[in-house]
Amino acid sequence: MLELIDVCKTFNPKTIFEKVALDHVNLKVQDGDFISIIGANGAGKSTLFNAICGSFLTDSGKIILDGEDITFKPDHIRAKTIGRLFQDPMRGSAPGMSIEENLALAAGHGGWLSKISKADKEAFRERLSLLDMGLEDRMKQPVGLLSGGQRQALTLLMSTFNPPKLLLLDEHTAALDPSTAEKVLELTKKIVDDNHLTCLMITHNMQSALELGNRTIMMHHGKIIYDVSGDKRKGLGVADLLGQFKKAAGKDLDNDRMILV
Amino acid sequence: MFNTFFALGATALELGLISSLTVLALFLSYSMLNVCDLSTDGCFTLGAAVGAVVAISGHPYLSLGAAICAGMVSGFVTAILQTKMGIDSLLSGIIVNTGLYSVNIAIMGGASLLNMNKTETVFTKAKMLFAHSFIGPQYRLVVVIAIVALVLVLLTWFLKTRLGLAIRATGNNPDMVKSSSINPTFTTIVGLCLSNSLTALSGCLLAQSQKSVNVTIGSGMVTIALASLLIGRAFMGKGGIGKRAVGAVLGAFVFRLVYTIALRFNLPAYMLKLVSSVIVIIAIAGPYFKQRLPELKRIRDASKGERHA
Ligand SMILES: Nc1ncnc2c1ncn2[C@@H]1O[C@H](COP(=O)(O)OP(=O)(O)OP(=O)(O)O)[C@@H](O)[C@H]1O
Ligand SMILES: [Mg+2]
Repeated sequence: MLELIDVCKTFNPKTIFEKVALDHVNLKVQDGDFISIIGANGAGKSTLFNAICGSFLTDSGKIILDGEDITFKPDHIRAKTIGRLFQDPMRGSAPGMSIEENLALAAGHGGWLSKISKADKEAFRERLSLLDMGLEDRMKQPVGLLSGGQRQALTLLMSTFNPPKLLLLDEHTAALDPSTAEKVLELTKKIVDDNHLTCLMITHNMQSALELGNRTIMMHHGKIIYDVSGDKRKGLGVADLLGQFKKAAGKDLDNDRMILV
Repeated sequence: MFNTFFALGATALELGLISSLTVLALFLSYSMLNVCDLSTDGCFTLGAAVGAVVAISGHPYLSLGAAICAGMVSGFVTAILQTKMGIDSLLSGIIVNTGLYSVNIAIMGGASLLNMNKTETVFTKAKMLFAHSFIGPQYRLVVVIAIVALVLVLLTWFLKTRLGLAIRATGNNPDMVKSSSINPTFTTIVGLCLSNSLTALSGCLLAQSQKSVNVTIGSGMVTIALASLLIGRAFMGKGGIGKRAVGAVLGAFVFRLVYTIALRFNLPAYMLKLVSSVIVIIAIAGPYFKQRLPELKRIRDASKGERHA
């Protein structure tokens, strides 16, 4: 459903700050895949998501989603079919506007001059109650008053209100405390399962990288260096992943080992 | 005595309401889109000039529409500069403002002053219309109140529509607008067109009310309107959209009232702009210091404690 063909991105080319962030990346994602992505800081994981979402044009290569070439589509058009969550819970919602208004924008029902209808409000209330955070009774309150966990849960709801073809999660629980993180992760699983979403999730937690989903890929210096799925993945432990990383990353390891664990 | 007060109040109300349209324009651009639109002064004059020229040519009603359209064009240019041409939003406003100075004089046929003493305007029309009704001498207020009320209703309605929500979110979190599949460039353009059309309407009304246009009629408007906006915010706090919009209008009136009273105490007219500057400083710096007050107290107490120890 998603295919990246030979995608490259270099930041600040031909300067002393030149940084190859994506180095001939090839990736084929099947319908219904849930892929966890791991890799050290600066490996290019977020840049990969940026490329898929259209935050910038790639230097070369092709991106194909559901048979459609989206390489040159602007980001807000791609957002119709790609949902995304960031590590920063503040990034996904407008703090000065109410929960209801945020959801209304995400839902995107009706024409430009349509207003939030009774039916919309009912639908929002119903969805919010799924979060089990009491937000359905605070729909008129500005989002800025919510906690980070509540906001991330709301963002999750917003980006999947109209189920996207593809959901990208960029360490979306990393800024939350352990129990909230778990709750948001549970919610994520539920929403992904209920809507049969195809999902890519970046995480630094190797345990959950192996537990969640059906496939794990590892990035290093802008390359996909390890890709495992199916039976082979079932028997894998964190130690095996580290071993794979050592093997593939080779001599760079000394610099990266600390960050990765 | 009472009569003078009443007359003063009526004048303040009229002028306050006229400038409240510019305040509502900044409410859109400054509070909603988070853009400080420095083309406001030039756009105000543009509306005044276009409105005057059209009225002088014999179309008092059309003059309002013409001013609104002119404002939209000006807003469109400012928006294109900042969204499509990589020019910083403050700088875009300044550039357009500078350019408008020439445009405005050109519109006024090379003159820097147009007189409308014998011109039919919306005000003279209203005067004739209400001559024999109970409204009588307050016809000017009626015109202004009607227009501002209409704008207020339309604006609050608009800001609750999907497009309005998108414009509000653009200033709040443009990333979120994009993830809602809306192009923030588009919302910025629409928002600035609308806000500048209000500014121009405001200028058009002021010119017709005082029966003349000077090319400097709009100078300092951005500060005056900002001061009014912030006064209104202080009054109405952070309520719903409707309440905040009404607050903006109220702020414009209060600003005029304070200014009118100051004039009564023989403050010369040229002090208006200094007064507005000071109000903006107080309105922005005030909350900042208020927020820092506990910190400052703690620092002071700590240094006191040290001395005693
Ligand atoms: N906009 C940018 N301009 C210049 N360099 C960038 C930019 N974005 C990313 N980079 C560089 O590209 C490299 C990959 O960054 P990226 O954010 O993709 O890493 P990551 O794998 O997401 O790391 P982390 O785990 O820390 O989030 C880094 O070296 C980073 O400095
Ligand atoms: Mg990252």
